[in-house]
Amino acid sequence: MADGSIGLWTVPLAVLGGAIRVSTPFLFVSLGECITERSGRINLGLEGTLVMGAMSAYGISYLTGSPWLGVLAAGITGALLGALHAGICSLPRVNDVAVGIALMLFGTGLAFYLGKPLIEPTAPRLSAIDFGWWSDIPQLRAALRVNVLFLIGVALAPILYWAFRTTRWGLLIRTAGESSDAARAMGHSVLLIRLRATMVGGFLAGIGGSFLSLFYPGSWNEGLSSGQGITAVALVIFARWDPLLCLWASLAFGGAAALGPALQSVGVTSGYHLFNAAPYILTLAIMIITCSPKRTLTGAPAELSITR
Amino acid sequence: MDFGRISRRHLLQGGAALTLGAASGIRPVFAAETTIGFIYVGSRDDYGYNQAHAQGAAALKKIPGLKVVEEEKVPETDAVEKTIESMINLDGASLLFPTSFGYYNPHMIKMANKFPKLRFEHCGGLWSDKDPKNAGSYFGYIDEAQYISGIVAGYTSKSGKVGFVAAKPIPQVLRNINAFALGAKLANPKATTQVIFTGDWSMPVKEAEATNSLIDQGVDVLTCHVDGPKTMVENAARRGAFVCGYHVNQSPLAPKAYLTGAEWNWEALYPKFVKMIAAGESIPNFYRGGLKEEIVKTSPYGESVSAEARKHADEVKAKFLSAEGYAIFKGGLVDNKGKTVIPAGTDRGQKDPELEKMDYLVEGVIGATS
Repeated sequence: MADGSIGLWTVPLAVLGGAIRVSTPFLFVSLGECITERSGRINLGLEGTLVMGAMSAYGISYLTGSPWLGVLAAGITGALLGALHAGICSLPRVNDVAVGIALMLFGTGLAFYLGKPLIEPTAPRLSAIDFGWWSDIPQLRAALRVNVLFLIGVALAPILYWAFRTTRWGLLIRTAGESSDAARAMGHSVLLIRLRATMVGGFLAGIGGSFLSLFYPGSWNEGLSSGQGITAVALVIFARWDPLLCLWASLAFGGAAALGPALQSVGVTSGYHLFNAAPYILTLAIMIITCSPKRTLTGAPAELSITR
Repeated sequence: MDFGRISRRHLLQGGAALTLGAASGIRPVFAAETTIGFIYVGSRDDYGYNQAHAQGAAALKKIPGLKVVEEEKVPETDAVEKTIESMINLDGASLLFPTSFGYYNPHMIKMANKFPKLRFEHCGGLWSDKDPKNAGSYFGYIDEAQYISGIVAGYTSKSGKVGFVAAKPIPQVLRNINAFALGAKLANPKATTQVIFTGDWSMPVKEAEATNSLIDQGVDVLTCHVDGPKTMVENAARRGAFVCGYHVNQSPLAPKAYLTGAEWNWEALYPKFVKMIAAGESIPNFYRGGLKEEIVKTSPYGESVSAEARKHADEVKAKFLSAEGYAIFKGGLVDNKGKTVIPAGTDRGQKDPELEKMDYLVEGVIGATS
C-alpha cells in the first residue's frame, strides 16, 4: 500500500470504474433503440449514428469551444439519421433491417470522411463530477469521476420505464408496436409515431456517441466505436425491451469490458483474449439460458419484423 | 499502360506463377513518370504507425517525376492483393509499399511472384533467400529509441513502475517492450515494466482501460505499441502520469506529460530508396537500420526530464551512433520465467536475426506472451 498500489483490489475497482466509464454509450444507444423497437421498428443503423454522433460532437466542440454544443449537435445528427431511416421505411415494402444495415455503413463511412481533419486537433472535453472526494485512495477517486451524461442516462432508464407504463405517448408507442391496426383504429398515424420514435432513438444514440469522443476515451479516431453501437442494439433484445434491464445490461457490459485489462494488470495473464471476449460470452450465455423453443421472446413487440 | 500485356501473359501461363521466381533479377525499367503505391492498414492520420508512413510518402510527393497513390484501411487479408493489383493495373504503380506487418506473407509474396518486373518493399517482414528477389523488407531498430525512452522513464518514475500498453505479442512488439524494460532497469535496477495486451492494433476503449488499470497499479510512466498512441497519451496525461510516445511525436497532445518518444524516420528513408532505383542500384532485399542509419529517431526531451536522465540517455545514444554500435540484448539475459534466453558471452547485436524471432519477456517485465 505504501507505494500507492492497491494490489488485487484493482480488479473490482476497475470493473466498477469500467461500468461507469464504458457503459454510457451502451446505455444511450440501448435506451434509444428500446423506444424505436417498442414502436414496432428495428433500427440497426445505430452503429452509424453512434459514430456520426461522436464525429459531429468532436467537430462542433472543436469549432465552437463548447462541448455541450457538441453534445447537442450529436443529438441532432442522430435525430436526422433516425428521420432518414424512418422516412425510407415509410415507403411500401421496405425492410427496416436492410435499411438499418445500409445506414450503418452510410453513417460510419460519412463520419470517417467528414472526420478526417478532426483526428489531429484536440477538442475541449466534457468535465467530470468528482464523487470520490471523500476518499484518499487515488484509484477510487479516479473510478468515481463521473460524467453528467452517465447520470442522465441512469435517470432516463426509470423515467422511460414509467413513461411506457403510465403516459399517453408511452401507450401510443406500445400500441403502434403491438398492433398497428389498433393504433390506426384509434385514429393515429403509425408511420408518424414510428418516425418520432426512431428520431428520439437516433437522438439518444447520437448523444451516446458524443460521450465516446468528448469524455471517454475522449478523442475522435476511426476505431472509436469498434462495434459498440451494434452490441447495444443486441443488448435491447437481451434486456427484453425493458429500459431498466437495459441499464443493468449496459453496466454489466461496461464492467465486463474493463475485466480483461484489469486482470492482466494484477498478473492474471493467461487467456486474456478470453477475458476480452467476456461481454460476448456473457450475452451468449444469457441468451441460451433464457431462450425457449416453445414461445416467442417475452416482451417482444408483436409488430417487430424480427419477431413477426 | 502495360496492363493488357501482363494479364494476357498471365492467362497463358496459368498457375505457373512459381516459375516466375526464376525470372527475377531483372531490374525494373521505369517510365518517365514513376508511380509509387502506398497501402496502409489504418487511417493515415492516426497520430501513429500509418501517419509515420504517410509522412514518408509525403516526402516522396515532393520529388519531381514521382506520382504517389495511397489507399488506407486495407485489411491484412486478400483485400491487400486486390489493392496491389488495382494499383498496378489501373494506376500503373511500379514500386509498392504495403506497410503493414500482416501483408507480407502470403499476400505480398504472391503478388511479387505474379508481377516479377515490379518492385515490392514491405515494412517489417522477414525477407529470406526463399522469397522472390523483386521483394524486399525493410525495418528500423526502433527498439534503440525505445531503450532511450526506457532510460528516461526509469529516471522519471517515482514508484519504480513503468507501464506498456501493447497490441499483440508478436516479435517486434516484444522487442520494444524488452528494450524499454532494459532501458528502465539501466536507469533504476529495481524498475519493473508492466505490460497489458489489448489484443488488436486499434482498440481505443481497451487502450484507455489498460492505461487506467496500469495507473491504478501504481505505474507513473507509460508508453505503448499500438497503431494510434493518442488514446494512451491523452488518458495517461489526464491521470497525471508521464508518457513516452511511439511512431510519431505526440508532444502536442500532452506537452507537460511528454518525456520523449520512439519515432520512425521514413521521410529520410523513402527518398533514399528512390535515389537507389534512379541510380540503377538495387535496394538490398533485407534492409535494416537504427538511429545511426536514420531510420528511427527520438523525440526531443520534454521539460520534465531531469538533467541526470538527459545525460545518461545522450551517452547511450552516442554509443548507438558510434562505429562499433551498442548491444541492447547482451549475453546472460534471463526472461521473466527464469530461463536464460541469451547465453552468457554472446551479445546479440542489433542486426542479429535471432532478435526478430523474439518470443519472451525479459526479467523485470510483469506480463506474459500468451
